[in-house]
Parts: sequence; structure tokens; C-alpha cells
Amino acid sequence: MRILSLAGRRLAASIPTLFLILIGVFLLLQFAPGDTVDALMAQMGGGDAATARDLRKFYGLDVSVPMQLANYLWHLVQLDLGFSSIYGKPVATVILERLPPTILLMTASLSFAFFFGLVFGVIASRAVNKWPDTLISTLGLIFYATPSFWFGLMAIVVFSIYLQWLPAGGFEDIGQVQSGFWRVIDIARHLILPTLTLGLIFLAIYLRIMRASMLEVLNLDYVRTARAKGLDETRVVTGHVLRNALLPMVTLIGLQAGTMLGGSVVVESVFSLPGLGRLAYESVVQRDLNTLLGIVFVSALLVITVNFVVDLLYARLDPRISAEG
Amino acid sequence: MDLTRLEINRRTALLTSAAIAANVINPMRAFAQETPKKGGVFNVHYGAEQRQLNPSIQASTGVYIISGKIQESLVDLDADGKPVGVLAESWESSTDGKTIAFKLRKGVTWHDGKPFTSADVEFTAMNMWKKILNYGSTLQLFLTAVDTPDPQTAVFRYERPMPLNLLLRALPDLGYISAKHLYENGDIRQNPTNLAPVGTGPFKFVKYERGQYIIADRNPDYWRSNAPYLDRIVWKVITDRAAAAAQLEAGELQYCPFSSLTISDMARLGKDKRFVATTKGNEGNARTNTIEFNFRRKELSDIRVRRAIAHAIDVPFFIENFLGDFAKLGTGPIPSTSTDFYPGAGTPQYPYDKAKAAALLDEAGFKAGPGGARFSLKLLPAPWGEDISLWSTFIQQSLKDVGITVEIVRNDGGGFLKQVYDEHAFDLATGWHQYRNDPAVSTTVWYRSGQPKGAPWTNQWGWEDKQVDTTIDNALTELDAAKRKALYAEFVKEVNTELPVWMPIEQIFVTVISAKARNHSNTPRWGSSSWHDLWLSA
Repeated sequence: MRILSLAGRRLAASIPTLFLILIGVFLLLQFAPGDTVDALMAQMGGGDAATARDLRKFYGLDVSVPMQLANYLWHLVQLDLGFSSIYGKPVATVILERLPPTILLMTASLSFAFFFGLVFGVIASRAVNKWPDTLISTLGLIFYATPSFWFGLMAIVVFSIYLQWLPAGGFEDIGQVQSGFWRVIDIARHLILPTLTLGLIFLAIYLRIMRASMLEVLNLDYVRTARAKGLDETRVVTGHVLRNALLPMVTLIGLQAGTMLGGSVVVESVFSLPGLGRLAYESVVQRDLNTLLGIVFVSALLVITVNFVVDLLYARLDPRISAEG
Repeated sequence: MDLTRLEINRRTALLTSAAIAANVINPMRAFAQETPKKGGVFNVHYGAEQRQLNPSIQASTGVYIISGKIQESLVDLDADGKPVGVLAESWESSTDGKTIAFKLRKGVTWHDGKPFTSADVEFTAMNMWKKILNYGSTLQLFLTAVDTPDPQTAVFRYERPMPLNLLLRALPDLGYISAKHLYENGDIRQNPTNLAPVGTGPFKFVKYERGQYIIADRNPDYWRSNAPYLDRIVWKVITDRAAAAAQLEAGELQYCPFSSLTISDMARLGKDKRFVATTKGNEGNARTNTIEFNFRRKELSDIRVRRAIAHAIDVPFFIENFLGDFAKLGTGPIPSTSTDFYPGAGTPQYPYDKAKAAALLDEAGFKAGPGGARFSLKLLPAPWGEDISLWSTFIQQSLKDVGITVEIVRNDGGGFLKQVYDEHAFDLATGWHQYRNDPAVSTTVWYRSGQPKGAPWTNQWGWEDKQVDTTIDNALTELDAAKRKALYAEFVKEVNTELPVWMPIEQIFVTVISAKARNHSNTPRWGSSSWHDLWLSA
């Protein structure tokens, strides 16, 4: 129960932060010249001033900036995210449509990075300074240093153009209508390259952290005790070391949920995935303030949720944390 | 410079020498022997999604590329660029030019089964073209009514004479018809049909998945018998240019229209025998690169400074090294692709001459200060294309050589339009001028004074010339085609002399398309046209 109250307090504390972020983003976007009607005119390739005036009135842009902000916040308090001017639909609907690819991509990339980061980190630490360690560490460094858009494009060139194994982009095959199991397989195929692209940088980070924290824990007294008791190496690692070495990894997940959302803008563009990252980019270019604020709101909720889960995991891994809470 | 060189190069490798001779004249003729094949899915690159897809209320290639297949216009252009009837079968103008009657095609039905009649034309013209459609509201400014004596006749009545050749050249873009029965109730702009278009065209709208794709399927009841050939068209939303090129190579796209790939990718794919890269089929979508001068700046209101700036830039060098085969030297606001109005090369030009530029600046009283600097200007490039960005850097470097320091201020689309056309917060601006078949539709508005503040792509330079205004107004209502052409030649001469805007580069959009596509690029606005005869060979 204590863990829940801890998380509950965290949640309550994040509400003012959320509002501050929203107000900040709102004001920041006011500094960008032009509004959604200018962007609309750019798309139309011309139009007259009277039309622009009508449209401004329609989108509620004819009132002062503080008034627009007040209107927005008032709607938000009523859990109304407003109306998207690019899509002509409620922002909540637009975001809900775009959420699944991003969540899938984030979950897949995080799991991929976490799992392989863990495995390679453990291998590297067990063979420290020997060839597997050197190989893994070097690969990690390369993954970390490679820009994800470049990696994505190269992956497309190799796997889609030359080998023709995987699709070059999109979320699912639209040539044939599929359902159930085959649709899942199809979407999974489309997500392999984006997941690799987004996940590799994080894999490199996890690998380094896991290796370092394993090495640290391996030198602690209780590990020596465990070995002295005559436990075999595998039992020592899985039963004693891993659990403690995992803490910094779990911390990172919480921190990186937000970063990943940022990284997904690039990956979603390269692989033409209809996700939240691309939607955010599009709404900035189109000056669709409501949609952008809605995305900020939803992303903040996502990050808060991930951190909440991380808090729960902490307690599971190290009971002292919930006791202290 | 031969704009179709890439295409011809590619073919020379494939065809016998006898065939080449025919090919140079008409590259499409080589396919005439094959029998068209039914079926197939055609995947199209769609780079920038639009807010709505109805071409009756938004004139832009981004809309035509999709709904030009679903909705139809009264007329289109044929292979020679001449107006040819689509929903209209014939037309006739009264001698005073104030009444233009269209005979409409019989037996045409909307995709929902209702018959197409003159009531649809009347409704679209009066409520969409005249009131909402960009460019349309200018074109139809003096339209007072559309009479519908019978379901197959629509008579346009104008307050002032409307040249028939102007209207027919404007209608391929500004003449799309929407169904009255779907739009007559409620706000036209908010009508859900705008995102699920219903038309009379060869393809029927199926589905629009935002951020992913749009699908249209063959219309089995299409009025052109035996058309269309394709089963389905899919427009795939791909915002990243490199990703689009990759999908084309992976066979997931068959067509990247309107220069939607990077310049280097278009050149590279043009050499690949699986694709055709050509400017053919885009003659009706010519664009010119501009330098727009803000006359509110004291220096720029001096004609000698504007001429000096034009002389200071080595345009042929820029074209040769940065744009390659996809561009050529321009001569002013009417591009050479406009066979009806191009005035020839006799108008004032500003060839590269650094010494002359420096002399003009000296003469205007802007002597070089310490370090050779004279004054500095703020340049706003439009964010629409790679070439504009390169061009703005080239302007910056060229002007530095004659002592003008240029600061480049980059914006996104909304920001650019706001600052240039509403706030006038620029000294120099550069972007595209898109020519739309008739100068009265797309071009004179860049020069005619009295444009309301905030209207994009209009004269916002603070420049006014009564003589040019008069020429523009006279040409707008001149019924005699030869006299109209002469008036526009006069117009080009005047504006090239005064130089409120300089348009020194001509470009035609580049199509990159699968070599399996047949009957493509066979009209001057093919990317926007209906694709009823397009088919894919095995």
C-alpha cells in the first residue's frame, strides 16, 4: 500500500508540472511567426485576405493570446483537448488514432534494448577485458555514435532494396486486407527495422550501464560470501548479482521513455509510420496548437505512467525503497 | 539545355537506332505497339498531406494529385496543351464575351449513382469557385450568374468580357465540379465529403487513413468506355524524401510526382533502367525561381540597385552546378513552356556582370565602405524546396562580391508567408512563382498594385506602376487572342524593365516513374490529370 501512496503523491505532484509545461509550450509557439491560417494559406497556394479573416475567426484566433490560453486551459480542465485545425476532428480522436504505432514502437524498442543490453552487458562483464567484452563494447560504441536516421536508411537499403526481406516503410500492408493473426505478423514485420533503428542507441546505453553495474556488484562483499559458500558462478550471477545490478537499468527506463518519444519523430519519418512523433512535427509546421498541446499532454501522461511502473519495479527489486517511501 | 535529356539517354540504351529517331520527337510513341493491359495497383508518393481534398475549393497540386482522379473538371488539356472537353463537350462565347455557354456530357453519373447535371455546375461555380477557391475568386470575380436552361447546358454570365481562351486555360485547374446534392446543406468548408471525395471520375474514393494512405478503386460505371485500366491507386504518405526514394527502389512505389525526391536521387534514378525521370508531362506546372524586392527599403526602391543585384548573380553557373538538367535560364514571369504567351527573348535581361553591378551601385550613391561593404539586406527564402535553399545561399555569396551583405532568415511555410506577405518584414525574399497556363490566373497578381495586405503570392512589395496596372487590366478583358498575347508581351517588357520581382530561373517539375507505366506524362498537367488511360505492363 505504501508504494501506492508514494506513487499517488508523485502523480499529484506532476499535475502542476504538466500545466507549466503546457503553458510553456503554448507561449513558445506564439514566438513562431504565423498561425495555422498562414500555414493553411501556404498549403493552398494562395488566397485572399477576407478568407483569412473568416478562417481566423473560425479557429478562435481572433482573440488575444492570454484569452486563447485561458480558453484552452478552461477546456482542458473539463478534459476537452479541443479541435484539431489540420484534421478537422477532436484532438483526442486524432491522438488516439496515432497512439498505437508509437506505443508499439516504443515498447518494442525499449524491450529490445533492455533485453539485449542486459544480456550483452552480463556477457561483457563476465569476460571483462577479454575478446567478447572488447567486441561488445566496440559494437556498443558504434551503435551509440550512429545517427538513427542514417542507420534507418541503411537498413532499408540492405534489407528492403537489396535483400527484399522486409518492407521499406509503412505500418501495415495495404495491398491486401488482413485480420487477426496474419495482421499481427504483418505489422510485426513492418516494425522490425524501425525497432532496430530506434532501439540500437538505447541498447548501447543499457549495455554500458549493465556492464558497469555488474562489475561493481561483482566486487561487493556479499558476492564474495556467496562464492565462498560454494555456489556456482551461474547461481551467483542470477541469484545475487543481477537483481542488484538491475536497479540503474530500471532507473534509465523511466528517464528514457521521454527521450524515446523524441527519437521516434525521426524514425517515424524515415519509415513512414503514422505515429505521435510525426504528428507532433506536422502540428508544429501547420501551427496546429491544439494538437501539439494535446500531444505534449499525452506524452507527459505516458512518461508519468512509465515512471509509476518503474517505481513499482523498484519496490520489487529492492524492498528497502518502498520501506523508505 | 534539353530538359528531356535524361529520359532520352535512358532509352537510347534500350532501343534500336531506328526507334530513337521517332523517340526524340515523341518518347511515348515507342509504346504505341503494345496492347493495354487491365489491372494492377499504382502506388504514388504523397509527400505533404492536405487538410481537405476537394479541388473545387482548393487549387493546389497536392489536392489534384488525389482528387483529380476522382473528381473531374469541365475541360482539361490535351497532349498539345489545347483545351479538350471532359465534363463539358463543347463551348461557345457570345461576341461581347459576356456570355459563355457550355454543353455538358450526357449520361455521366456521380459515384453515388445520382446523375450529373448543369445544376451541379451552377452550384459549384457560384458557391465554391467564386467564393472559396483560391485563384478562382479572382478569375470569377465578374461572374454574375450561371443559367441552367436544361440539364445539359450551363451558361456563364459575366459583368465584363471574359476571354474564352483565358477561361479555357484556367478551367483545367479551376474548373473541378462538386456534387450539389452533397454540398447544398451546411458549411461547404466543413463538409465531410471534402475528405471522402465523390466525383464522376475514373476512380472511386475508398479510404483515407491519415498519416498512412489514401485508396481509390476503379469506377466500373465510368463514362469513358473501357477506362480506366488500373484496379486501384494508392497514395502513400511519406514525408521523408530519402525514404520515398528507397520505397521506389524497393518496388513499393511506382510514381514520385512533382520533384518529390531530392535532386541527387532524381538524377541517380533517371540513370536506372527500372525508372524514368522526366520533366515531360509537367509543362503545365512550370515554376520560376524569384527574387522579390521590398520597395520599403530605400536602397531597393532605387532601380539601379535592383538591376545591380540581378547583374551580380551568375545564374547559368548556378543552374549548371546545382540544378543540372532540371532547370534552365529564365527570362521573366512568363516561362518559355507557355506557347500561347511566351513573349520571346527580346525583353530586358540582366546577364552576369559584376563590374556593371558595382558601377550601378556606385551610381546609386552606395559607395563601397571599408572592406568593400556597401549595405546589408535580410533575405527570406521560402521553405518549399531544396533549390530555393541553395539559391538563397548563392544569392548571399554573389551579393557579398559586390559589397552587399545578406543575412538569410529561414522560416517554415507559415512563418515565411506571414513575414513576407503580411508583415512585410523582409528586404529580399525568394521562392517559386507557379505559372498556371494563363498569366491572368497566376502571374499578373504578383505585379498588379492594390492587392490587400496579407494575401500570399501577390504584389506586397510596395511597388506601384500605373502603366503596368493598365496593361494588366486591358489584357484581362481582351477577347482577341493575338491582341492578348501582345499585351502580355508588353507586360513582360515593362516589368523586366522596372524589376519589382526578378524571375531568372525556369524549372519544370520532375516525374520519377516506374518504367512499367504506360500512357504516362502524355498531357502538360499529367500528374494532376485523371489517369484514365494509364496502365502497367507486365
